[in-house]
Amino acid sequence: MKEATGLLAREKGRAFVLAGGTDLLVRLRTGFIEPDLIVDIKRITATRSIDVRSNGFRIGAAVTGAELNEHAKLTKAWPGVVEAANLIGSKQVQGRCTMTGNLCNASPAADSVPALMAAAAKVVIVGPKGKRTIPVEQVPVAPGKTSLKKGEIIESILLPKRPPRSGDAYLRFIPRTEMDIAVVGAAVSVTLDAKGMCTDARVALGAVAPTVVLVPEAAKALIGTKMDKAALDALAAACSAACRPIDDKRGTSEFRIKVAGVLARRAAQIARKRAGGK
Amino acid sequence: MPLDSTLQGKRDFKVVGTRPLRPDGIDKVTGRAKFGADATAPGMLVGRILRSPHAHARIKKIDTSKAEKLPGVKAIVTREDLPDHTDGDALLYDVLYNIMAREKALYEGHAVAAVAAVDTRTAREALKLIKVDYEVLPHVTDVDEAMKPGAPILHSTIFTDGLEPKPKKPSNVVRRYEFGHGDVEAGFKKADIIVERTFKTEATHQGYIEPHACLANVGPDGQGELWVCTQGHFMVRDTCARLLGMDISKLRVTASEIGGGFGGKTTVFIEPVALALSRKANRPVKVVMSREEVFKASGPTASTSIDVKIGVTKDGRITAADATLRYQGGAFAGSPVEFGAMSAFACYDLENARTIGYDVVTNRPKQAAYRAPGAPMAAFAVESVIEELARKVGMEPIDFRMKNAAREGTRSSYGPTYGPIGLLATLEKAKQHPHFKAPLSPNQGRGMACGFWFNFGGQTCVSLNVNSDGTVALSVGTPDIGGSRASMCLMAAEELGIPYDKVRAIVADTSALGYNDVTDGSRTTFATGMATILAARDAIKKLTARAAQIWGISAEAVTWEKGYAKPAGSNAGNFPPMSIAEIAAQAGATGGPIAGHHEYSADGAGVSFATHICDAEVDPETGATKIVRYTVLQDAGKAVHPSYVEGQFQGGAVQGIGWALNEEYIYGKDGRLQNAGFLDYRIPVCSDLPMIDTVILEIPNPGHPYGVRGVGETSIVPPLAAIANAVSAAAGVRLTSLPMSPPRILAALDRKAAAE
Ligand SMILES: Cc1cc2nc3c(=O)[nH]c(=O)nc-3n(C[C@H](O)[C@H](O)[C@H](O)COP(=O)(O)OP(=O)(O)OC[C@H]3O[C@@H](n4cnc5c(N)ncnc54)[C@H](O)[C@@H]3O)c2cc1C
Repeated sequence: MKEATGLLAREKGRAFVLAGGTDLLVRLRTGFIEPDLIVDIKRITATRSIDVRSNGFRIGAAVTGAELNEHAKLTKAWPGVVEAANLIGSKQVQGRCTMTGNLCNASPAADSVPALMAAAAKVVIVGPKGKRTIPVEQVPVAPGKTSLKKGEIIESILLPKRPPRSGDAYLRFIPRTEMDIAVVGAAVSVTLDAKGMCTDARVALGAVAPTVVLVPEAAKALIGTKMDKAALDALAAACSAACRPIDDKRGTSEFRIKVAGVLARRAAQIARKRAGGK
Repeated sequence: MPLDSTLQGKRDFKVVGTRPLRPDGIDKVTGRAKFGADATAPGMLVGRILRSPHAHARIKKIDTSKAEKLPGVKAIVTREDLPDHTDGDALLYDVLYNIMAREKALYEGHAVAAVAAVDTRTAREALKLIKVDYEVLPHVTDVDEAMKPGAPILHSTIFTDGLEPKPKKPSNVVRRYEFGHGDVEAGFKKADIIVERTFKTEATHQGYIEPHACLANVGPDGQGELWVCTQGHFMVRDTCARLLGMDISKLRVTASEIGGGFGGKTTVFIEPVALALSRKANRPVKVVMSREEVFKASGPTASTSIDVKIGVTKDGRITAADATLRYQGGAFAGSPVEFGAMSAFACYDLENARTIGYDVVTNRPKQAAYRAPGAPMAAFAVESVIEELARKVGMEPIDFRMKNAAREGTRSSYGPTYGPIGLLATLEKAKQHPHFKAPLSPNQGRGMACGFWFNFGGQTCVSLNVNSDGTVALSVGTPDIGGSRASMCLMAAEELGIPYDKVRAIVADTSALGYNDVTDGSRTTFATGMATILAARDAIKKLTARAAQIWGISAEAVTWEKGYAKPAGSNAGNFPPMSIAEIAAQAGATGGPIAGHHEYSADGAGVSFATHICDAEVDPETGATKIVRYTVLQDAGKAVHPSYVEGQFQGGAVQGIGWALNEEYIYGKDGRLQNAGFLDYRIPVCSDLPMIDTVILEIPNPGHPYGVRGVGETSIVPPLAAIANAVSAAAGVRLTSLPMSPPRILAALDRKAAAE
């Protein structure tokens, strides 16, 4: 890892980290980027494993979507995160793509990122000046841009330990059924108490602003409620209000605002059910 | 050989109608098949094309001097290298102008220059070094906008044809067409109910998986060869030779395997450019389009704007039908509006009918054929109104259609009177189909529609050679885009009375056969098939003559039966039947090789009709649509290879589903295409689709010895309307614009809610 960061830091031209390559190689082949250096991190041991720890999960940066799906404990604890990562591409793409690459590609429509934000995930960054750990929401700063500095590599993603009666879910809207880019994405993570009252919630939206956004107002609409119709209406309204979308070839801004509320409501219902709510 | 194409009653087929493996199948699934980009030649260069970034611009100057100096660049061609040899042929001049811009670039992606270099990197670098001085002009991409007074004019040479008096000012309307009969005004006076609506459809692309690709090789003696992925290599040869000022005999064109065409490969784009580069570089040059180039610079279909007005009596009889169709076909004349206007009302028996069509140019790539060109959009508009009228009259739409359906003896809205046709049969079968009565779930709706296509015959030439072991080599000149080699083998085997696997069909190059029209108009199984049958009969005549010679009896005394020559009767002589293999083995001693030929211009392509039923489910909160069930019922005349007929039915439906729901050319305000890739140009993926159910009807075409009708195009005519009718029923609001993408459906639902 040290060698890799050193190579990246020393390179004078354009340098890129390569994980699954499902973004990077596509951009390379279509002539969008002309790199001087590419550092493949897939052979670095620290990036290859999923570790179960007392305080949660540590997911190496090069772990693929398919590997996430095959990890029973992770899938049980964070079904929303895994289902979001598994929406990326197709079977073939799943064999290569990583959540870290999805995050560092910094697309507002990245599928795994809203789920990671709702999960309060953090990333461990290794660079020429050592290690640091920051929340996922601090990584993307603009479309295609991250806060990572020259020579820095994300080594792993950390997911916290789950309290009992917790659940998460991610839904995206695409006009087709697969091989498409989210027009809107919504992730919700909740924890309930024994009576079914929501004690903690996080809500994140994709493809409705320049970056994936965390929506604290939407979370607030759920906390302290039994996630009844009124609470879900408030959640949907807060999500719609948080949207700063554009009109583009993938959807009108009006459409995105409306559907963000609809998907957040549906995702919340699934998350609640997964948390054992009735 | 008499041209005996008469139908032989209810014939008992031996191999026609079975489903053997296609001869090209194993090669295609194992990767051995050679497609357009798979050819190489020693010393081959890479050809790349520089394209206009502007939708409309005058090209003041092209400076290639820097690019020429780049090491590895072997040739650069511009408009200067493609002088006008078209000799007053306006259509050919448009082709020339389209493959390399002349005074103006007329759309984003219009070719401006081309480079041949030793490798891709050098070619790309060279393109960047070519300096083009553009004067950017105002542009127009929408058909209705292009027709307005004051719209930017593309060609100062277009003065609308078909208007009296001929206009004095140039316009973007190339021509006005009119078809019909009776008196529509009088017809509307007799109507109790009239529905009048306006529809819009966006341009779509055929979406073939294989991009255009070719390898050109022109020698210093002026003789050339071209390997190319195309639907018609004879067309490519003749067009390229004329554009380059070559004798046709000097150019030999071989068609590669083809990864889809659907009409989009019935013209030339890169081929003359590759030849010009090769001629100048004196080296082989390969040009392969990127997907982005395919979207921006090949031939998508027209976008349209259509008004339909139909009147009916209270008891459901149509009194008059009127439509005005406006189609933009890109930067040059030739949108398929004529076919749209001819086919719009072809399904109905009408006393008073009129269609008016306007062919319009805009700053978009020149359209090419797309499966039943022009008809799906017209059917969308007409069948939407038909469905609405049926509901207003209080009839089941299917009964309404049956009551007004065209039948044998009906004078069609485009002129001719129909012979035996299958429209009513498809409607009757639809009514009996389980799909028709299946229950619907909440948020689901059912729609149906009928569709028509003319079909085509055309110039065809086939050779059938009997090999020395009695197997048969069949050479056809129509590229196989839908399993036609299998169908040809079936027909030759049927006629000769030998097994299917004893016949091998190949698509021969242009030096081996006389001119063959392009594989289009659903013509190949009909026209090349009939030529194959007639070539086989020609060969049989020679085979029986050889047997007669061996037996020492007269040729008339020998008949052909199940692959054997036999004495016609007992008084002809008592000889044991002689097989094709036995006769072939002695060919050297009895007069040399045995072959059958047929060359003709095929007539009698029977029109074909279809009825489609579609169930759609609409999510009322997001506008997401799912096609949950789909059934195609179509008249095939005679299904030679039923699996490939079903494949054509399903393929048309699937392309229709894409067109109806998500596919569209999206232009920015700058006149540039926003979605030139399969990520944002959304063709359906497998998981978007239900299994498409098919029902083949066989109402024989009297113009073909086995009754075959073309089937490839009719299947894309009804889907736009059937799906629109289903989605409108599910959403509870009439949708009149395609594609019915989720934002459009949600907006329509919101308008409906606001109105309630
Ligand atoms: C056919 C297809 C379908 C797709 N469908 C979807 C989809 O449905 N949803 C979706 O969200 N995305 C989709 N994508 C995009 C892509 O697959 C995802 O973004 C994927 O998660 C990227 O992961 P990767 O490992 O392949 O990234 P790479 O291509 O390896 O890297 C992506 C970017 O991140 C940087 N990077 C990678 N790893 C690190 C690291 N450890 N530290 C710092 N920087 C790093 C790279 O330098 C690069 O800039 C699709 C792509 C394709 C080709």
